[in-house]
Amino acid sequence: MNLSLPAILAQTALLLLLAPLLSGLIRNWKAKLQNRRGPRVWQPFFDLMKFWRKDMVISEHASWIFAATPYVMFVTALSAGLLAPMVTGQAPLGLFGGALALVGLLALGRFFLALGGLDPASPFGGMGSSREMTIAAMAEPAMMLAIFTLAIAAGSTSLSQIVLASQGPGWKFLDPSHALAFTAMFLVLLAETGRIPVDNPATHLELTMIHEAMLLEYSGRYLALIEWGASIKQLVLMTLLANVFFPIGLAPETTPAAFALGALYLAAKLLALAGAVVLVETCNAKLRLFRVPDLLSAAFVLAMLALVSTFLFK
Amino acid sequence: MILSPTPLLIVSLCGYALGALGGLLFLRREKLAAAFSFGVAALSALSGLLAGLLLLAGAPANPDGPLDLLPPLIPGITPLIPSLKLTVRLDALGAFFLVIVSLLGVAVSIYSLGYARGFFGRKNVGALGAFYNAMLLATALLFVADNLWVFLLAWELMALTAFCLVSFEHEKPETRRAGVLFFIMSHIDAGCVLLGFLLLFQASGDYSFGSLHNIGAAMSPGHRNAAFILFLLGFGIKAGVIPLHVWLPAAHPVAPSNVSALMSGVLIKAGIYGLTRVCFVFLGPPPLWWGVTILAAGTISAVLGVLYALMEHDLKRLLAYHSIENIGIILMGLGASLIFLCTGHPLLAALSLIAGMYHTINHASFKGLLFLGAGAVVHATRTRNMEEMGGLAKRMPETAFYFLIGAIAISALPPLNGFVSEWLTYQSLLQGFGVTESMWRLVFPLSGAMLALTGALAAACFVKAFGITFLAQPRSEHAAGAVEAAPAMRLGMAVLTAACVLLGLFPTAFVRLLDPLTQQLLGEQISRQLSLANGLALASLSAHPGTISTPGLVLTAVCLLPIPLVLWLMFARKARTRRGPAWACGQPGLTPQMEYTATGFSKPVRMIFKALFRPRRDVQREYDFSPYFATNIRFESHIEEVFVEQFYRPLRILILRVSRRVRALQAGSIHAYLLYIFVTLLLLLLFAL
Repeated sequence: MNLSLPAILAQTALLLLLAPLLSGLIRNWKAKLQNRRGPRVWQPFFDLMKFWRKDMVISEHASWIFAATPYVMFVTALSAGLLAPMVTGQAPLGLFGGALALVGLLALGRFFLALGGLDPASPFGGMGSSREMTIAAMAEPAMMLAIFTLAIAAGSTSLSQIVLASQGPGWKFLDPSHALAFTAMFLVLLAETGRIPVDNPATHLELTMIHEAMLLEYSGRYLALIEWGASIKQLVLMTLLANVFFPIGLAPETTPAAFALGALYLAAKLLALAGAVVLVETCNAKLRLFRVPDLLSAAFVLAMLALVSTFLFK
Repeated sequence: MILSPTPLLIVSLCGYALGALGGLLFLRREKLAAAFSFGVAALSALSGLLAGLLLLAGAPANPDGPLDLLPPLIPGITPLIPSLKLTVRLDALGAFFLVIVSLLGVAVSIYSLGYARGFFGRKNVGALGAFYNAMLLATALLFVADNLWVFLLAWELMALTAFCLVSFEHEKPETRRAGVLFFIMSHIDAGCVLLGFLLLFQASGDYSFGSLHNIGAAMSPGHRNAAFILFLLGFGIKAGVIPLHVWLPAAHPVAPSNVSALMSGVLIKAGIYGLTRVCFVFLGPPPLWWGVTILAAGTISAVLGVLYALMEHDLKRLLAYHSIENIGIILMGLGASLIFLCTGHPLLAALSLIAGMYHTINHASFKGLLFLGAGAVVHATRTRNMEEMGGLAKRMPETAFYFLIGAIAISALPPLNGFVSEWLTYQSLLQGFGVTESMWRLVFPLSGAMLALTGALAAACFVKAFGITFLAQPRSEHAAGAVEAAPAMRLGMAVLTAACVLLGLFPTAFVRLLDPLTQQLLGEQISRQLSLANGLALASLSAHPGTISTPGLVLTAVCLLPIPLVLWLMFARKARTRRGPAWACGQPGLTPQMEYTATGFSKPVRMIFKALFRPRRDVQREYDFSPYFATNIRFESHIEEVFVEQFYRPLRILILRVSRRVRALQAGSIHAYLLYIFVTLLLLLLFAL
């Protein structure tokens, strides 16, 4: 439970660099599946660099909330990332909070982002905020039930402890409660990261936007921070899913070789998960807004079944 | 020594009495009356705050036993009934609630020094000050009462003074109706509480609280359960538990905002206090269904409260519905605690009780803060309708900042106090799953999921409340011309903001103050087990504890903040920032009418929960040649509050119908009345024989 500075710094760097890469990868694969050539995998880095150098235009009606939002969004996503175990089974800042704190930090970022959407007085921003908060509210109970299922099995909400418990003796993924909880969490992941069928990250039509509508008035370095923060959030949630449900290959000791192996395993798991997201995005159309609650209540029911099966199949 | 709890308590009680008297004495000189009564109230509250904190920090109450207030008040009096004593006693539970009322008392009294100016020349400020002090006196007295008489007296006095304060602006019909509703409901609750206490009195034969201790063990199960139900109804009405909440969203908004803050922060907590005292001290070991009932009632109140709050565009009504939600969260902690007590897990019971109590003081501080902020906003814009506000963050920057802190805290977002107490609630619900083998244990994770839904909807609601009120363009002339609140008002809000931040950042220090309380009610002290890494982190009670460290999270965020700043220096030094119009699809100029409204913001939720709200909307267009080119559109939208429509309205119709029949008895003829008296006399004589 002690804090080690090298681990914190390494994980921060990993989060900062891996997040845009993962976004680029998903975008590239998606294009390939749709018979397009698609942008390079590194494109998000170039985009971020470009945004950082650009001038900013800020709505004349915006207040200081608009300026604070990118920083809050970026810092909360990064802090949430430090609470999750990535390469080793131990999260660098696991003492500061577990699953609930991670969810809370991401929610704080979302809270500010929604305010930032309302602030410039543009009707699109308000629409995005309204939809984002509604979908988040629908996703939250499913996510919490899934977390409860894991936490009950582990006897703790500490993520390191949850990972340790699902490592356990034997291959836990065949456990029905784990499989059901994973499915529920995967649906929540799609909603939380704004993926088809909930939201379309590539849309250019204001009326169908959710996440993008809130960013409509952002430009320059503020946009860079928010885009970066959003991709870190996506990385954190995907890492969480990968490590909690497939806890294989997490570095057991602190040697460079173990770290390298752990990193390789993490990369493999993330690639597989990204592949799944890409497949879902390609095979589905975006749902109408009022059909999204159906999807998320399906996630809730799955999580509930997961919970019930923890004591039915004991 | 003056700096010990009991003298400070006496000073505080006398101070409130003096403040009330002063308000009445200076009725004609309103500036003096306001300064005197609210100034004295602030000082008395400070003294009460010290008394409560000292006792919780371990200073002994002196004298330790009950203290009779009557002899020093009126020397040489011998009461007609010897057991009729005016005894008070400061114990840990009472001291904790005394801290809550006093904390709010300090902040709200300072705020009122500025706020009362809005009534000068218009309303009777002396009366406001007098009733305000009287209500604080009654509430403080209620929390330290050691005798049924004192408790019921304070309970009634609290209801009456609150009624007078709610009806303060009685020239508005809406206020009068809310006042009458509050009056009726508070007398139903007083009746239930009285009946409950009569059942307890029957078993004990004495009025003092000492003799009622664990009296439930000596009662028959039927009486015990009846008493529990009566107390649940009585205290539930006061606390605003759904479906007994109807008075709350009516009464809180119409009261002056300083009173709303006090009512929401303290008055409804009196219900929580009563329920805690009765369930943990008087009624003895609880059966399982008590805890399950309270947990379920709490869950329902939390979810429905926040859903109705989302539908509101009256800022103060929105906050009132959030009080119902938060009472629900508090009850989740209390209910879980009773279940643990029943299944023989005193440590977990202490954890849940701490979660509930922590949320009680948190709710008092952030809801008080939000009501004070709403008061400042309503004062500046002269409306409670959020659709006519907007753009206030630029016009009232300090108020906006305080309101934002309150909004983050109530949405249970880290690192503020709401997050800490909800985290504790989650932890206790999580551990509830393992304590019993029956299907009842599914209640715990389901409540947890509903708590998550509540938290997320609360966040949505406060994005709406803050965003529509303070951000974007002003939607009316009054909002455009709004100015920052008076310094005293800002100071009052700053006090509560500080409370929210401190309670959020130093939870391990605060739970140590709750040790005497859990010791008194459950015989356990767990603050040591809850604190990890020298008090840096709060831990749950399991073998592999979940941990949370709000100071750690803040520290992390502060350490990470240089990353964007360094990048800024590296890349963006040459970038310029320009102000420009927002994107409007190429149309010239955005007008306030184009902004997202509060009603529009909550529309997705309204549609998703259509079955609950049964929204009705009515659109009328006037047009010349095509409905798509309307010259005038009128839009109306209503939702139905299911309990009011399905339960209270039929009940009211029934009562009116019965009373119309009964009215025939009161014919106005003296002969008939004489006949009634004669018949009654005959009947009584027959019974006597």
